[in-house]
Amino acid sequence: MRIGVFICHCGSNIAGTVDCAAVASKARAYPDVAYSTDIMYACAEPGQDAIIAAIKEHLLTGVVVASCTPRMHEPTFRKTVERAGLNRYMFEMANIREHVSWIGKDIEANTNKAAELVRMAVSKLRLNRELKPKSFPVTKRLLVVGGGVAGIQAALDAADAGLEVIMVEKQPTIGGKMAKLDKTFPTVDCSSCILGPRMVDVAQHPNITLYAYSEVDSISGYVGNFDVKIRKKASYVDWSKCTGCGLCTEKCPSKKSYDRFNEGVGPTTAIIIPFPQAIPKKASIEREYCRQFNTGKCGVCAKVCPTGAIDYGMQDEFIDAKVGGIVAATGYDLMDWTVYQEYGGGRYPDVVTSLQYERMLSASGPTGGHIKRPSDGEEPKDVVFIQCVGSRDVSVGRPYCSGFCCMYTAKQAILTKDHIPDSRSYVFYMDIRSPGKGYDEFTRRVQEEYQARYIRGRVSMVYPKGKKLIVRGADTLMGAQVEIEADLVVLAVGAEAAEGAPHLAEKLRISYDSYGFFMEGHPKLRPVETNTAGVFLAGACQGLKDIPSSVAQGSAAAAKALALLSRDMLDSDPQIASVNLNRCVGCRKCIEVCPFKAIQEIDLRGQPKAEVIETVCQGCGLCNATCPQGAIQLSHFTDNQLLAEVEALCRF
Amino acid sequence: MSGAAFGYFPGCSGLGTSLEYERSTRAVCRELGLTLWDIPDWNCCGSTPAHTVDPVLSAALSARVFAQGARAGIRDVLTPCPSCLSNLRNALEHMEDELFAARVEALTERPLEAGHSVKSVLQVIVEDVGLDKVKERVRRPLTGLKTVPYYGCLMTRPEKIMRFDDPENPQSMDLLLQALGAQVLPFPLKVDCCGGSLGIPVRDSVPRLAGRILELAGELGADMVVVACPLCQMNLDLRQGQIRTRGLDYTIPVPYFTQLMAYAFGLGDEEAAFKLLAEDVAPAFSCMRRRAEEIKAEEARVAALAAQKAAARAGRGAQSRANGAAGGEA
Repeated sequence: MRIGVFICHCGSNIAGTVDCAAVASKARAYPDVAYSTDIMYACAEPGQDAIIAAIKEHLLTGVVVASCTPRMHEPTFRKTVERAGLNRYMFEMANIREHVSWIGKDIEANTNKAAELVRMAVSKLRLNRELKPKSFPVTKRLLVVGGGVAGIQAALDAADAGLEVIMVEKQPTIGGKMAKLDKTFPTVDCSSCILGPRMVDVAQHPNITLYAYSEVDSISGYVGNFDVKIRKKASYVDWSKCTGCGLCTEKCPSKKSYDRFNEGVGPTTAIIIPFPQAIPKKASIEREYCRQFNTGKCGVCAKVCPTGAIDYGMQDEFIDAKVGGIVAATGYDLMDWTVYQEYGGGRYPDVVTSLQYERMLSASGPTGGHIKRPSDGEEPKDVVFIQCVGSRDVSVGRPYCSGFCCMYTAKQAILTKDHIPDSRSYVFYMDIRSPGKGYDEFTRRVQEEYQARYIRGRVSMVYPKGKKLIVRGADTLMGAQVEIEADLVVLAVGAEAAEGAPHLAEKLRISYDSYGFFMEGHPKLRPVETNTAGVFLAGACQGLKDIPSSVAQGSAAAAKALALLSRDMLDSDPQIASVNLNRCVGCRKCIEVCPFKAIQEIDLRGQPKAEVIETVCQGCGLCNATCPQGAIQLSHFTDNQLLAEVEALCRF
Repeated sequence: MSGAAFGYFPGCSGLGTSLEYERSTRAVCRELGLTLWDIPDWNCCGSTPAHTVDPVLSAALSARVFAQGARAGIRDVLTPCPSCLSNLRNALEHMEDELFAARVEALTERPLEAGHSVKSVLQVIVEDVGLDKVKERVRRPLTGLKTVPYYGCLMTRPEKIMRFDDPENPQSMDLLLQALGAQVLPFPLKVDCCGGSLGIPVRDSVPRLAGRILELAGELGADMVVVACPLCQMNLDLRQGQIRTRGLDYTIPVPYFTQLMAYAFGLGDEEAAFKLLAEDVAPAFSCMRRRAEEIKAEEARVAALAAQKAAARAGRGAQSRANGAAGGEA
């Protein structure tokens, strides 16, 4: 074997604390090394060209590059050696940046350590074998989980490009949080007027299949070939017969159900169509409020339904689907603000959340677009907005900024003035965060044109006194305490990952942070990919963001999915496990440890043996480490290759 | 929990301004089977005058209290005063820091062993004794008495030090008063500031702050503001005359919760010690008795109505049975 070694300076990143020329000259003495040199930037075009030239000139059959982490540039260099005619697996990388130059200042010690790492890489490379990926067909179908504005955008973009799309939405209607908003900032245009048509597009698009009131039950398989089981929850209404006429919702005698869509502003019936523009516009029964289910006596909806769609005996239904890629767009929920006992902890009816206030402002909401105090239905004159309730507050475990509350609070203050011209709005804020296009101008407009009184400081307490709510807080610009007699208090409640997000992440095998937000592949360079191939992210499930950013990310996720699914075949990773049948004793230990269920038992002439399902194996190596016989080996990381590295390090 | 024993730390006000708290606490504890051992030769807990000037001196005063207790074999200390409680507990917390402990012990000249604790009388009654036990002991229920509980700022805060009840919306005294039979009105200012000791340097502060509390209590229709802190009690009760000169147009008595317990347990006037309060409780109690009569009358009316209905049903049943029998004969 003829090995070439290239020691990268990475500018001064490595060369600052490692003597790269000395490492290159030490490497010349390693076995099978035919050529060794140091190089300024191995990854840059001149660097790659130099590697290709050296392979050709010195007839090299394997290459070691000592530079940064393989997570950064291993794919780059594999392509480089491939361009020079070598197999891409006849390449090894030694990480002398993250593991050496960035963590130590002692040049002599660093240089020695770098040389040792290069020796290990050379020793492993000597045992490398050419590996060839197998190719497998791709299912050209995309699953979008979540029907909010981000999911809608991703689904429509992908469907318009010709891809089949399956959308799964947990609620009985798509539209997500945006459908609950009255107006949007900074243009103050009607939310449902701009979202409504997109929701209709989803329903009518020939390439989109919508499963509303459904959840992803389980996911197996791998990129290009996921098997998804969808649970269609029992709505107790046969949607193939339901025309959405709404007669059942008018006649339903159980009129005190919690109205989920309207955030509990006013009650609703047990059988519901969430709102007039709902997609699909179908009725569903909330079992916990339904008299038929609770007392066994009622059946009013079944009697009045003109199409006989009501089916009290309906069961959850399961649908199996094959998809090639998945976009997670599960959005956010509001945190449980009732931990704030100082704001009443939910005891005072006239302290409402910002989302409840949106429903009061909305013409299609339960108050018909009239702002009314929940306690007595009177029109409020003094409205206090409290920002950062559950955002930027370490004491309740929410240290992050929710990002959009400053803007929607400004919008709500404008709308308050529009609805009630003689009202006064007060906004308690910590900082005004408005870095978007036209955003800061908007927050100035609400103060200058709409005379909203912005008070920088926290509110320490809200309590009722007669018909008023006393809001006591600090004005930190004036250095004074303030007390406002309010008629209505609106809390800008902080957002958190949607309920059940971590659960879904585990089904998708993607990572999530301690707040339940899904982790992107790279915070800057891979914002919509995850570390699981074929799974993409859109919208607030990845981190809180407003509508424009959610839509942009929806489109980005669709573009990434399209790039993947535009290919007919995908290459499988050949770094997977394989069984030496002569050594295998059929003990089943590998089957037990495999987290991907990629090993099955077979019968070979009456003997039990293990067999790896190549397309399912992820190459984690657990079976390799577990096998008492050394019968399962992970290609590219065989026992012999790892031992060669250890021996290279422990020579003395 | 009967037979439990605590070292008792009355605090300075227990011997002066809050004699009624002191007397009723001892009586109530006795009735509930709690043994109180007086800490021999106790001293100031080290609160306000000391801790605002020198935290080490303040902790040293507290440390001496614990050391005096330890000498008498006492580990667990009980105090009625939230300010003492706060200071004693803060001292224990701070002394977990070795450097701080060394500075304190340089003053006290004796190391403080581990294993000391301190609790408020309220916490012990609610958590250790339990409300069921309190309910059993009630002889004169406070039926018809409208109360608002006022905990003051220190009883539950800071949360990390006090580790008792909710810091913003405590419930323990609410539940205790209910166990005594009283009606408890939801009181949003239950942990608000009464002015504390600020009334001494800034005379105006207490009438303003305590006034706000009394005003809301009155608006809610309370007969009494029930307290657990000697300083709060003094500000709300003793200074009520000052507050009235600034616009408050009624009087409202401000007893300690232990006084109401003593009354409900049927103990004598000497132990309930209502006479030591500035504002008279008698009108509030007569309101209570009047309301109790009304409640009783209403209950009797409802019971009579129910009995009447039941009788009518039974009568109808008998008649129809009789008719049925007659029909059979015919």
